[in-house]
Amino acid sequence: MCLAIPGRVESIDFPFAIVSFGGARKRIRIDLVEDVKIGEYVLAHAGLAIQKLSEEEVMEIEKLWEEMMEE
Amino acid sequence: MRREIISKLSKQIKELSDQLEREIRIMHLCGTHEDTISKYNLRDLMPENIRLISGPGCPVCIIPDTDLQKIFHLIERKSIILTTFGDMARVPFEEKSLQYYSSRGFDVRVVYSVFDAIEIARKSDKPVVHFGIGFETTMPSTASAIIDGVSNFYVYSAHRYFLPAMDFLLSLGEIRIDGFINPGHVSTIVGSNAYIPLFKKYGIPQVIAGFEPEDVLLAIKIMLRALIKDELGVFNEYRRVVRPEGNLKAKEAMKEVFGVDDWEWRGFGTVPESGAPIKKKYEDQDALKFFEDVFEDFIPKEDRRKRACRCGEVLRGLIMPNECKLFMKACNPKSPVGPCMVSFEGTCNVWAKYGRY
Repeated sequence: MCLAIPGRVESIDFPFAIVSFGGARKRIRIDLVEDVKIGEYVLAHAGLAIQKLSEEEVMEIEKLWEEMMEE
Repeated sequence: MRREIISKLSKQIKELSDQLEREIRIMHLCGTHEDTISKYNLRDLMPENIRLISGPGCPVCIIPDTDLQKIFHLIERKSIILTTFGDMARVPFEEKSLQYYSSRGFDVRVVYSVFDAIEIARKSDKPVVHFGIGFETTMPSTASAIIDGVSNFYVYSAHRYFLPAMDFLLSLGEIRIDGFINPGHVSTIVGSNAYIPLFKKYGIPQVIAGFEPEDVLLAIKIMLRALIKDELGVFNEYRRVVRPEGNLKAKEAMKEVFGVDDWEWRGFGTVPESGAPIKKKYEDQDALKFFEDVFEDFIPKEDRRKRACRCGEVLRGLIMPNECKLFMKACNPKSPVGPCMVSFEGTCNVWAKYGRY
């Protein structure tokens, strides 16, 4: 229910966008996150983008974990 | 590489746990965390004195039978299209469920999002009622849909605020909890700062965590280290997603549409300030208001079949699923008695799925 997954914005027809989740495309509402652009990543839950993510936050999770492990 | 991270974290947790001589009880608050823990068998990775307990983090599970009966009451009396999420459609009351109504010709449609429900409303002359469930993660989407104001679209709000339930659970004092793993996506909306008052009130450390096994293990490590150093507080392991202030726009939309009321939770009774009724300003889209006359003769009943179901105690972290005598006998995923076995976020369902019994 509270599952949310990251996807890449492919096209925008505000307030909706077509977001690709590893190839699976869905229509996601994006107006509750700031200023989303094509190519950026969002975290989507039940059809709504609830947070914007940087590419690093999506692609380099392992690096983030390793940094936190050393803290 | 991920295997290396996991084994390194397990080792760190073991070392830290050796410094804590007592049993440490950590409660997580999200069905998706239970899924991660069961799927990757993280309980077996834990040292003997670290216990991972499952809490009330399942929106479908905590909705009391009263709401379900009211929805049944409505679809039996009005020609509507009812939309809801898949999990909710399978929760039984006296052998009936929304899926049952669908099979009997009632127009019940499972949707992926509330925006799909709006599209259905735009293409239909019939009233469309969306059975809105979920915590703060889901509430902003329902709020947006209500603000859109499609004239034949209504919401039955069974949405509940999550933090009041944490407060209520601790106020009951029936379970000792040394720390909470806070739900990552509720936190995405409310922000890490939202938990500070709760920490100040009870002094119990909390770590907001993501949903990969590495995230959960890191959260446990952060928790143990805080307990050892006695430097307690609200920590955020899920910094790649959760900001201190949360999602301001989403919070604003929620506040615009939903009020606050004392509502019942399954297994909890009435939880003060946990209910999210639709504000008067939007009552034209409030199914409870628009169909007010339908509910005049509504009297809730008790489902006798659920008397032996211990879903409520599972939600309060008092028992594990295998301590219920119905578990995997009278109650199983094919024939669930209570919602903890229905929902993909229910602890009983998760345990059944991964064979953790």
